[in-house]
Amino acid sequence: MTSSTTVVSGAARTNETRDRLLDFLAKSWAYLFLLLLVVFFSATGRGFFSINNFSNILVTSTLVALMAIGQTYVVITAGIDLSIGWTVGLASVISARTMRDLVNGGTEIPLAMLIGALLALLVALIPGFINGVLIARVRIPPFIATLGMFGVVRGAAFLLTDGQQVIGNLPAGLREALRSIGSGSLAYYIPDQGITFFSRPDNLPPEVMRGVAALLPYPVIITAVVVVIFAFVLGRMRFGRHTYAIGGNPDAAVRAGVNIKRHLIYIYMLSAFTAGIAGVLHSFRFTAGAPQAGEAALLQSVAAVVIGGTNLFGGEGKVSGAVIGALIIGVLQTGLVILNIDPLWQFIVVGVVIIVAVLVNQAQTALERLRANV
Amino acid sequence: MSELILQCQQVSKHFGGLVALNHVDFDVSCGEVVALLGDNGAGKSTLIKCISGVYRPEQGRIIFDGKDITGHAPSEIRDSGIETIYQDLALAENLDVGANVFLGKEKTRRLFGIPVTDDEYMRREAAKVLDRLDIHIPSLKQKLVNLSGGQRQAVAIARALYWNARLVIMDEPTAALGVPEQRKVLALVRSLRDQGIPIILISHTMQDVMEVADRCVVMRRGRVVANLPKGEYDVEVLVKHIVGAGEMSAAS
Repeated sequence: MTSSTTVVSGAARTNETRDRLLDFLAKSWAYLFLLLLVVFFSATGRGFFSINNFSNILVTSTLVALMAIGQTYVVITAGIDLSIGWTVGLASVISARTMRDLVNGGTEIPLAMLIGALLALLVALIPGFINGVLIARVRIPPFIATLGMFGVVRGAAFLLTDGQQVIGNLPAGLREALRSIGSGSLAYYIPDQGITFFSRPDNLPPEVMRGVAALLPYPVIITAVVVVIFAFVLGRMRFGRHTYAIGGNPDAAVRAGVNIKRHLIYIYMLSAFTAGIAGVLHSFRFTAGAPQAGEAALLQSVAAVVIGGTNLFGGEGKVSGAVIGALIIGVLQTGLVILNIDPLWQFIVVGVVIIVAVLVNQAQTALERLRANV
Repeated sequence: MSELILQCQQVSKHFGGLVALNHVDFDVSCGEVVALLGDNGAGKSTLIKCISGVYRPEQGRIIFDGKDITGHAPSEIRDSGIETIYQDLALAENLDVGANVFLGKEKTRRLFGIPVTDDEYMRREAAKVLDRLDIHIPSLKQKLVNLSGGQRQAVAIARALYWNARLVIMDEPTAALGVPEQRKVLALVRSLRDQGIPIILISHTMQDVMEVADRCVVMRRGRVVANLPKGEYDVEVLVKHIVGAGEMSAAS
């Protein structure tokens, strides 16, 4: 009798341990996968494991990460925003063009930069607002509304460059100022000398100069601030709670008194807003405006959202997941290049990872339900 | 006990040429469970929707707690204390019990001056009201999608109770449930009544009606054809009224 009880409880304990392990794996596999990738590339790729390379990966990932943050909100409401790729381009073009024209017209450089950045962010909200109105009030499916806006914004961005691929020819002083932020860093690491703050050290011998690494690049800091704010609003505030509720059951949200039409308009404006930040950052980093700045990043942002565990049917998802997804894509891109593998492989790997992500998510949901019904 | 909380007087509603409600009188007293019966198209849902404000009747008055609420907006009517629990329950299944009870009216607290949702408080309050209903849900952090149909029903009722509903309308609450779950929901109806909250119960299931109703109102073709207190009906009588067998024998 006693022995049989012991056996049962022993088995139960093993089950519980196994369940917990499965749970842990299902919830944090993306983190583990990212870690695994970093370890793998560090072990196999020469020069992968270095401050410089890590800070490069972070800077490169800011574009996809920023777009994925807004996209996460949209996808949680069971929507999708296909237009943000071109919203990035629109913001990039508007900021570069405004700054250039203002500086050429005699405006002080810092003021021109500020106006250019703010104007670009403001204009970026317009396609978001239109998306929101079309989806929430005119009841056009998000896929269609934002696909339409995809074309409209693309056309607008190219019209603003007069059909050119870039807004270039920025005055040298402006380019310098843009670079100091877009390619600048809060702190630099100098081998054998330590850390300096604010500006890239000069007057160093070339061999030391080569080892200088950006510790806290400004684009990464800006993105990190956006991540923290958006994660906080989604996870802790009423706005976030209502976002989940709309994704879970819009009727329930309506009957509970949530103004879901207004809320959805805000959601698509937020998505356009993070894309706008990405576009402005693009101009700062490359000291030029480019309509197609976010073209390739659109589907990567959706991939990042899905890899991060956000459910495309709505109601579930996290900003942190989207950031991990963006980092996985960034690490893959750089790692494959360093390993001298054709970078085209990244498409295949990312494609497979997306499918695995959805499978893991489904398995986790099934597991949860199974356990709750025990 | 006999104090009237809801009075529908001569309520009529037409849809084009179709008379959905034909001068209906319908009352509910404090602390009673009234079963509303009738075949499909008898006018039960239309009557309920007139009470909850979804439809505006063309004639007649609806008085709740001494106030005329005829034609008020659904949200006003809900605020005045009439809570309708539809079959789909209107819950966000991806959120936990506390979040659902407080949906749209989230309690917040200050974190560095920023208002954040007070999830602990909302779960505690939800637990209290579930206790009052004698419902036990293992983990209140559990998303609703992982709860059983009966437990979800309990959450919907808990929400109504928490926000001081003074009349609860339940539309086919046991329709989608297994037998043990049905029993729990009926127990819930009783416990709600024991708290003094009157209930209008729409049901097709005679078993439910026999078990919990203090009074049965049968509708047929937009009219109230029977209004029977407990003890004056059995299944046979009810079915006769529902299918109109009485009328036919009277006519012949």
